[in-house]
Amino acid sequence: MRIAVQEEEFDLGAEANTFAAGDDANGAIVTFTGVVRDLASGELDVMEIEHYPGMTERALTKIAEEAQSRWSLGDVLVIHRHGRLAPGDRIMMVATAARHRKDAFEAAEYLMDYLKSRAPFWKKEITNSGAEWVAAKDEDEDALKRW
Amino acid sequence: MDVLYFAWVRERIGLPKERIETEAATVSDLVAELSAREDRYAAAFADLSALRVALDQELSDFDASLVGVREVAFFPPMTGG
Repeated sequence: MRIAVQEEEFDLGAEANTFAAGDDANGAIVTFTGVVRDLASGELDVMEIEHYPGMTERALTKIAEEAQSRWSLGDVLVIHRHGRLAPGDRIMMVATAARHRKDAFEAAEYLMDYLKSRAPFWKKEITNSGAEWVAAKDEDEDALKRW
Repeated sequence: MDVLYFAWVRERIGLPKERIETEAATVSDLVAELSAREDRYAAAFADLSALRVALDQELSDFDASLVGVREVAFFPPMTGG
């Protein structure tokens, strides 16, 4: 398991390759990548991501450990960035490795659902007309109920 | 104890972290104590349903005891991913 909280960019291809090369017993590798989406108006200049150093790593580790206890996984990777990002920049990735794809897909979805509302990150959208904190969505909280 | 604020809570109160000497028994007591201090705290804590609290870096709730707690953090619902 690897958990990384960092300001710098990550190399999606290199991370996926390294992760996939881990263990021949893993027949399935799932990766998900989150990207800074521009606003509908096309006005987003910067997405600023604040986090809670210390708690962030603990929360991500706990979420990943919970995924490992619920599904049969060979490995888990979580990378999440903070700081100032631009539209199109990669914010985060998760990867799961398992013998079979069902475990890998479900665990990746579980990780994403929990990362959204249980990892201490806060997003702020900065445009020409000002800055606004992104509000948490009820549907993100509701998404946890299926697990 | 150390009290930390994040996102708009930090902006509203005007600082990221402070050290507080308090006799507050629970998180709610601490919130009441801070709110009585200055308007900026009262404004930040006006709607507790819009806030989350972590005690020693674990999510908790406003009824929780502060006995033995070294670090309290207040923040809005998280928006990771």
